Amino acid sequence: MRELSLNVMDIAQNSISAGASLITITVEEDTAGDTLSISISDNGRGMTLEQVEHVTDPFFTTRTTRSVGLGVPLFKMEAEMTGGHFHIQSVVGEGTTTTAVFKPSSVDMIPLGDINDTINMLVMMNPELDFVYTRRLRPEHGEEREFSLKTQELRQVLGEDVPLNLPDVTQWVKEYLEENTAGLFEAGNAAQEP
Amino acid sequence: MKSLAELQAIRDKARASVNIRENAEAETRVLVGMATCGIAAGARPVLTAFVEEVAKRGLKDTMVTQTGCIGICQYEPVVEVITPGKDKVTYVKMTAEKAVRVVNDHLVNGNVVTEYTIGANAIGAK
Repeated sequence: MRELSLNVMDIAQNSISAGASLITITVEEDTAGDTLSISISDNGRGMTLEQVEHVTDPFFTTRTTRSVGLGVPLFKMEAEMTGGHFHIQSVVGEGTTTTAVFKPSSVDMIPLGDINDTINMLVMMNPELDFVYTRRLRPEHGEEREFSLKTQELRQVLGEDVPLNLPDVTQWVKEYLEENTAGLFEAGNAAQEP
Repeated sequence: MKSLAELQAIRDKARASVNIRENAEAETRVLVGMATCGIAAGARPVLTAFVEEVAKRGLKDTMVTQTGCIGICQYEPVVEVITPGKDKVTYVKMTAEKAVRVVNDHLVNGNVVTEYTIGANAIGAK
């Protein structure tokens, strides 16, 4: 994958296939600690221990169309390539959490890419599901900052009759994500100046 | 900064317009392959381009949606256009630019962009 945000889209698709109604995506950058953590957590049907053991094997898949499944193994490889690590935890009937930790200073680091587009597309394509997206920044200097997009909150405002995939709503979400992401990084620069 | 108040305005506008239509009523479906193969080949910008162009053109009877891997990974990003009563059209090796043209030529004007279809791009085709 050319962007880690594409892996997020891919892994989130597994959550959707697992029948999740809530998907929590967290992207956390720690500048001083030189880590970028991405976690995708869902309340889907979960996996058995045996399935969890095999999920990072490219030749293991539950689907029947063909016998390879590359999404999870790719994500794991990309994290480990940078000197980071990968973890997947799952309980049958409760859900699955996938966490990949990257070392951004590594030459093998793949850029995060357009994570906002990934989130916006996920929300738009799955208006019946709920998403909680959090972007957190731990700058070298200054306080930890974060912002979140919670579709439950949007749903409360919109009511039951106005769907989350209405073009105007999609545009709002897009701008919300862009503005807040910019705000997260701008605040850091301002704090460093004095 | 975007506020929830703006979202309220969007809601009120949507409720006031008679144009809220259920997706079930959509005539034409645009399916973008978004499995690992499609995403890796660049399907996300294609999907975004379709969504934005369809919204821009106000095509209320067109639904853009995603699908899994349809088994022709070497031709990804793959997009299928399904219109009731017509043959399914499969576009291959799509880009955001090609998506805009498909919306304008095919979805708006009804002319299939033959040069982007699998028939014109399959191995051995010329």
